[in-house]
Amino acid sequence: MAEAVDLKAIGTRPIRPDGVDKVTGRANFGADMTLPGMVHAKVLRSPYAHARIKNVDLSKALEMDGVFAAICGRDLPEEGANDLSINILARDKALYHGHAVAAVAARTPALAEQALDLIEVDYEELHPVLSIDDAIADGATLVNENMYTNGDRSQPPSNVAAKQKFERGDVEKGFAEADVVVEESYRVPTAHQGYIEPHACIATINEAGRATVWCCTQGQFDVRSMTAGVLNKKVSDIKVIPSEIGGGFGGKTTIYLEPVAVKLSEISGRPVKMVMNREEVFRATGPTSATLCRIKVGAKNDGTITAATAWLAYEAGAFPGAPVGPGCMSVLAPYNLENLLIEGLDVVVNKPKVAAYRAPGAPQSMHAMECTIDEVARKIGMDPIDLRLKNAADEGTVAPYGPRFPAIGLVECLKAAREHPNYLSEKGEGVGRGVAVGFWFNIGMQSSAEVRIAENGAVTIMEGSPDIGGSRASMCLMAAETLGVSYETINAHVGDTEATGFCNVTGGSRTTFATGLAVVQACEDIIAQCKERAALTWDLDVDQVDWEDGKAVPKPGVNADVQPLSLADIARSAGRTGGPLLGRASLNAQGPGASFSVNWTDVTLDRDTGKVDVLAFTAVQDAGRAIHPAYVEGQMQGGAVQGLGWALNEEYIYDQKGVMENAGFLDYRVPVASDMPMIECQIVEVPNPSHPYGVRGVGETPIVAPLAATSNAVRDVLGYRINDLPLSPPRVLASLDESN
Amino acid sequence: MAKVVFPDHLLTHTNGERELNIECNSFRSLVRALDAKWPGIEDVLSKTAVAIDGQIYQDAWLERIGPNSEVFFMQRIEGG
Amino acid sequence: MKKIHVSTTVNGQQEEALCEVHQSLLDLLRDELGLTGTKEGCGTGDCGACTVLLDGRLVCSCLVLGVEAEGKEVTTIEGIAEPDSLHVVQQKFLEHAALQCGICTPGFIVAAKALLDKNPDPDETTIRYWLAGNLCRCTGYDKIVRAVQDAAQELAQSS
Repeated sequence: MAEAVDLKAIGTRPIRPDGVDKVTGRANFGADMTLPGMVHAKVLRSPYAHARIKNVDLSKALEMDGVFAAICGRDLPEEGANDLSINILARDKALYHGHAVAAVAARTPALAEQALDLIEVDYEELHPVLSIDDAIADGATLVNENMYTNGDRSQPPSNVAAKQKFERGDVEKGFAEADVVVEESYRVPTAHQGYIEPHACIATINEAGRATVWCCTQGQFDVRSMTAGVLNKKVSDIKVIPSEIGGGFGGKTTIYLEPVAVKLSEISGRPVKMVMNREEVFRATGPTSATLCRIKVGAKNDGTITAATAWLAYEAGAFPGAPVGPGCMSVLAPYNLENLLIEGLDVVVNKPKVAAYRAPGAPQSMHAMECTIDEVARKIGMDPIDLRLKNAADEGTVAPYGPRFPAIGLVECLKAAREHPNYLSEKGEGVGRGVAVGFWFNIGMQSSAEVRIAENGAVTIMEGSPDIGGSRASMCLMAAETLGVSYETINAHVGDTEATGFCNVTGGSRTTFATGLAVVQACEDIIAQCKERAALTWDLDVDQVDWEDGKAVPKPGVNADVQPLSLADIARSAGRTGGPLLGRASLNAQGPGASFSVNWTDVTLDRDTGKVDVLAFTAVQDAGRAIHPAYVEGQMQGGAVQGLGWALNEEYIYDQKGVMENAGFLDYRVPVASDMPMIECQIVEVPNPSHPYGVRGVGETPIVAPLAATSNAVRDVLGYRINDLPLSPPRVLASLDESN
Repeated sequence: MAKVVFPDHLLTHTNGERELNIECNSFRSLVRALDAKWPGIEDVLSKTAVAIDGQIYQDAWLERIGPNSEVFFMQRIEGG
Repeated sequence: MKKIHVSTTVNGQQEEALCEVHQSLLDLLRDELGLTGTKEGCGTGDCGACTVLLDGRLVCSCLVLGVEAEGKEVTTIEGIAEPDSLHVVQQKFLEHAALQCGICTPGFIVAAKALLDKNPDPDETTIRYWLAGNLCRCTGYDKIVRAVQDAAQELAQSS
């Protein structure tokens, strides 16, 4: 691995290659595409949270002037009728308020809206299941009458889709050894990723059955395979072109519109454009799980944690698949302890199907654990960072989910935090301070990259990871470093499913790690070719040639009177030496390297209004190695503010019938600029041995710790703990009134 | 012999057996041996992540397994 | 329904368009004039992605009817850059990595430029409150605020 001191490009902060288009309005996002002859489609959504659909009559809508096509669930093939397909268009039951029931394509969006009013749906309203408590109660209404816990049909059907358990040691013995035991339960509400760009696509399909889809997505290849699955088509019959993407945070790793648009295009013979409005985004796309977590932690007076248990129930929405697995696996990941018991429940309710949201599952369970750890620190009178250092997982620690950690940076982050001036500073009068640790596994998975050298030596990277936060710049930096050429000569392109090799989604904090690895290997392929071309030119053996600072040179000791050949030199005469220079790599990257963080925040509380103000926030995180530090900080700052929003204000508020009452940015209040202070960042670099430059994923960990850090800070200023989130003015005020 | 550990959600496929020692030198040979013991488990394991000596693999098909390796099957992690 | 003829000036250019009565200024810009730099994030005036200047005043173009642009001057993100260079606010957004996905960026840049035109030396609090009508979900605002501060400083030095 290259040492930090040797690096020239990596660690610098150049302007991203796609930047100018994004500050001038030229960049094309999901809704910016138009095609000749295009018509517009709108979706009819269930007005009930739970209802049997007895009949859908499209005939009146189809008769309307200007309407080109209309479909409902029965128009999608039965062969692909999995949860994804049923979520895209309901079949026999509407499973949440806002569940798509039918769709119409018409000449204008307004006409399509009007046509929706003519669709007649015969519903039989059913009792909605709206909370974990309701769902797991004896005699609960079933969201799905054919669902059995862990598929075990020897038991009656249940709203608990799955249970899982991680166990080690003897927790009873551990609690018996403890001097203090803290036991609490915590609720975290449903929150939405809140990307500013609503889902959008255009689809067109020709008479040969070949479809082309433009859409905003975190993964064009996943859109291809999911759309093919729902429509029972071959992946090779669908081409997906990713637009620029206006935020995703996990929410654009799945699909809602694309098969509907393709189907409507097939019927109408026109390209079909679909754009969600914000209300649809809230009601029908991926929020994350609301949770109920019960935690018990025992510790000795010297800070040694002797045992911990966690009971974690996650709402999955209307279909199984809450991120309870990672919730269980992350809840105790920062700690080295002998006795633990973690149980997780995946619970279906009549709410939208959850989708991935930044470190899916970890913020909720780790909020509960990190609040409990904070209480333990208070009880034994120990600094909360010292308590964590005392029990911190490190290389070789057996993780709660079984394996031993390879090199990780938790201890380094804790030590950096402990010595940080913002932590050593005295907090002011009336100020509360809270600390918490964050963690995410990160993933590797499949990526492809091509590196093409133009005749003037300019480098073009073609890869398949939609750029959601500056990843093109990171790719160019790694290529500049590897090739030894200037960053300014390199550009990176995100290809469609036919222009580039297969790539998994931009998600799981994998892009800079895995696609970056592919780019590095493709550049190494170019270097190997350049050395061969130079050897040919110089009549040397290839092993007599080195690549140094972007030039082929004879190895030391090789007797050759030649001038070094730059990438541009070799490219200019590539036709003579074997044709254009084209490097490529494809891989299934392993060893992404977990990323830990430590966050703390200072808050004040207005006891008349219940409003919490964030005065300061500091994030320390292990990035392995920061390729473009500004974009690493950007991940840390953005994740921190999403976490602060979830901690302080964001929640889905439902009425008794399961209708979300705050489906807009006015009432679902994400943080605005005036709510936030500057977010201070310290990047810790404990290189990941699985990456040539030591990269760890950084995108997801930042959202994890802010929830508990905020809770702990509010606990500090309030003098007692409010266990549930969000700590919004109404909740804090109600609590203050009660405690008076 | 490598030590192999199954998580809770796979125990229905292993007759409740959580841990066993098994002779193998690669992930492929491990999966074949397990499928011989519990027919059909290969399909389940192909959708499962695995940690071999601490390194997590979403897909370990090409990995070697040492005589003293620890192999933990675990849920695949997805991400946002 | 018959469309209404609208004459308006967009980024200094006289434009003629046919507009349905219910269409917003945002729809007019994007769908009729092809100026898609202005984005729709909510359609209810809460996110600021559609921020434009209407006769010099910052508005959410999703809350203005297209027909209201009759006889007025509209400035969009496409009209911010100088003839042969980026506006300093645009340049500073790039230098400070003040955008990640970029969907909110046009609205922020139009709003930030309007702030600096009105108040060349805003403090951090002023910047934060001025930009409070623009949502960004990626950056946590830190780098956006710093970019605006730096732009103000550079404008002060060059004037």
